[in-house]
Amino acid sequence: MKQLLIGNAAVARGLYEAGCSVFSSYPGTPSTEITEFAAKYDEIYCEWAPNEKVAMEVAFGASLGGKRSACAMKHVGLNVAADPLFTLSYTGVTGGMVICVADDPGMHSSQNEQDSRHYAIAAKVPMLEPSDSAEAYEFAKKAYDISEKFDTPVFLRICTRIAHSQSIVETGDRAEKQAIPYKKNPAKYIMMPGNAKKRHPIVEKRTLDLTEFAETCEFNKVEMGGTDVGIITSGTCYQYVKEVFGDSVSVYKLGLIHPMPVNALKEFASKVKKVIVVEELDGIIEAHCRNIGIEVEGKEKFTNIGEFSQKTIADVFGKDAKASTSIETEIPGRPPMMCAGCPHRGMYYVLAKNKVTVLGDIGCYTLGAVPPLSAMDSTLCMGASVSGVHGFNKAGLEATEGKTVAVIGDSTFMHSGVTGLINIAYNGSNSTVIILDNSITGMTGHQQNPTTGYNIKGDPAGKINLEALCHSIGINRVTVVDPYDLEECERVLKEELAAKEPSVIISRRPCVLLKYVKPKTPLKVNPDKCRSCKKCMKFGCPAISIKNGKAFVDATLCVGCEVCKQLCPFDAFESEVQA
Amino acid sequence: MAVTSVMIVGVGGQGSLLASKLLGKLLVDEGYDVKVSEVHGMSQRGGSVVTYVRFGDKVYSPVIEEGEADFIVSFEKIEAARWIKCLKKGGKVIVNTQQIDPMPVIIGAAEYPQAVLDEIKGAGVDVDDIDALSLAQQAGSAKAVNIVLMGRLAKGFDIPYENWIKAIENSVAPKFVEMNKKAFELGYNCK
Repeated sequence: MKQLLIGNAAVARGLYEAGCSVFSSYPGTPSTEITEFAAKYDEIYCEWAPNEKVAMEVAFGASLGGKRSACAMKHVGLNVAADPLFTLSYTGVTGGMVICVADDPGMHSSQNEQDSRHYAIAAKVPMLEPSDSAEAYEFAKKAYDISEKFDTPVFLRICTRIAHSQSIVETGDRAEKQAIPYKKNPAKYIMMPGNAKKRHPIVEKRTLDLTEFAETCEFNKVEMGGTDVGIITSGTCYQYVKEVFGDSVSVYKLGLIHPMPVNALKEFASKVKKVIVVEELDGIIEAHCRNIGIEVEGKEKFTNIGEFSQKTIADVFGKDAKASTSIETEIPGRPPMMCAGCPHRGMYYVLAKNKVTVLGDIGCYTLGAVPPLSAMDSTLCMGASVSGVHGFNKAGLEATEGKTVAVIGDSTFMHSGVTGLINIAYNGSNSTVIILDNSITGMTGHQQNPTTGYNIKGDPAGKINLEALCHSIGINRVTVVDPYDLEECERVLKEELAAKEPSVIISRRPCVLLKYVKPKTPLKVNPDKCRSCKKCMKFGCPAISIKNGKAFVDATLCVGCEVCKQLCPFDAFESEVQA
Repeated sequence: MAVTSVMIVGVGGQGSLLASKLLGKLLVDEGYDVKVSEVHGMSQRGGSVVTYVRFGDKVYSPVIEEGEADFIVSFEKIEAARWIKCLKKGGKVIVNTQQIDPMPVIIGAAEYPQAVLDEIKGAGVDVDDIDALSLAQQAGSAKAVNIVLMGRLAKGFDIPYENWIKAIENSVAPKFVEMNKKAFELGYNCK
């Protein structure tokens, strides 16, 4: 069937048709929908794991058990899963295993711009990179054959522009794969030094075999055109090159980007006058070409920062800019922000008001960092708020204790916050951790997690009790507050900061965007009562603005959380009584 | 056929995703090669959102760059201005005159540039500004702004009216079909 699919759906379809049976992932933009689409197929057991390391190890276990398995993650998630990855390269697989990793050049929704191709090289694991949805589908499907033929996990690398672009895919049917019966094989699967030493040469031989495979494999394509310039490229950059040049240049398109061929690239280079490498992020293809003695131009022309487009390439090649219209008026930015009625806002307001130092984390609540609340001091990676506040307080002692908190979401806490909290309990720092429990993984688009009580299919599942978990670690002071109650939040915050022992505050209220959370009647401002003090503007609610000097509530945005009511010294916010 | 490029721009939560879905599906059914690209993530939280739709005999790049868009469909007044540099000379802007204040305006750090559409018109751009929100409400739901704007866009396309209607029937839940057909018609025929 011919259909328009986003890259992520195409990947899921390809894996499905190839007989994928077990799929475990942690959500992360732009990779999330791969697993969400996979979960729509009943033949695949699919789950959200607490983090990417767990997910990859689940996929390993399923492969060991003889089934075709997969996991998906964003580029920074691969850092979390790096530990199993490097040794999985040594053990190889029983059933085929595909690791989908989505990079985010341009950092549309990420904290860094790392290039996952380095992992393929470092871990000596083959990596495929499609250039549109049709290839995402095709490569995902064929990745399992490479995995089983060469006894290795296989990377499928995509970037945001592939993950979230739709193009036409011709889909087929699923081929059911019989499980390969499990056979005990300690020399292959128990990576003690004695065994691992024997596996390493096998890995090196495998890379040589894969390099040989790369010379003629169907994933790499030569498109000869004009021979003044030959371009070596891969992924979405291929599309930009074709957009600019059509057939006026020759192109070597790499689909298998690790390991890369040697002779095939040399042959291509010999047919053109000049070779230019076009690749986003780091100069990896370029370095390979230079290593094998091909003279190329690459990163001296193209930046290793940000996302490319056809314009990037046209500009580098000195093509004339396309005629366009420009205006002088400066358009105010429209940054993302916490939604009207977001339960995180109340807690951030209290933190800002009390001038608390906040070590933040990764999620919707990172938006607490933006004005007017500006209630955050650091954001590093998943879980770093909890570990970080411990270190901050060990360094600052009395100077920072009682004035500093960690802020982390429920899903992020499950991902890697809990280990930091164990460290706080074990090594005893006088730290306060606030878990913003909105009962969902919000930023990535509402995925279930171990605290929500539901699994990826929306069926009831095991539910981790945060209070009991914190207590069992050894945190004696665990308090639950409602972030819509500012007075209560402030009282508890002050108490816990003053306490001379570790403490956890669970700020609990479900995300307003959840379907079961019904909005209440929007508030109205009584202009006679509003004295234009603008105290409500310090709250940063997108539903509140100043119109004609008075506060004004946009009824299309307001969900009636009534927190602004608690802020107004003049009772100007009124709940409208519906007739 | 040469590639036609349509940019759909607006504010997170306005329903531009459904518009691009409808348009993409219709264009595939019409037999074109189609690419649609959008960026999710942070932009869903009330940020500026942009979707690219490109179609023709063969489409390579999924993105639209400076001076390349044949049409910009804007769900909000200043979002049209934000992306105007992407419009091709002779291209057309369809804009919903709804105003949604961004956070810098809300907190008083910036002014909402009220006259920006006049500036664009003054620069010789063909601007078709309509009150899509009122038309959507007239059709039965403020959420139908996206379909009103698709109706307006349809006027500039060589695709039969009934094919658009068929695409609506295939894209929205049955109970909303009539309302959306009305919204489409109001967008198509207004002014």
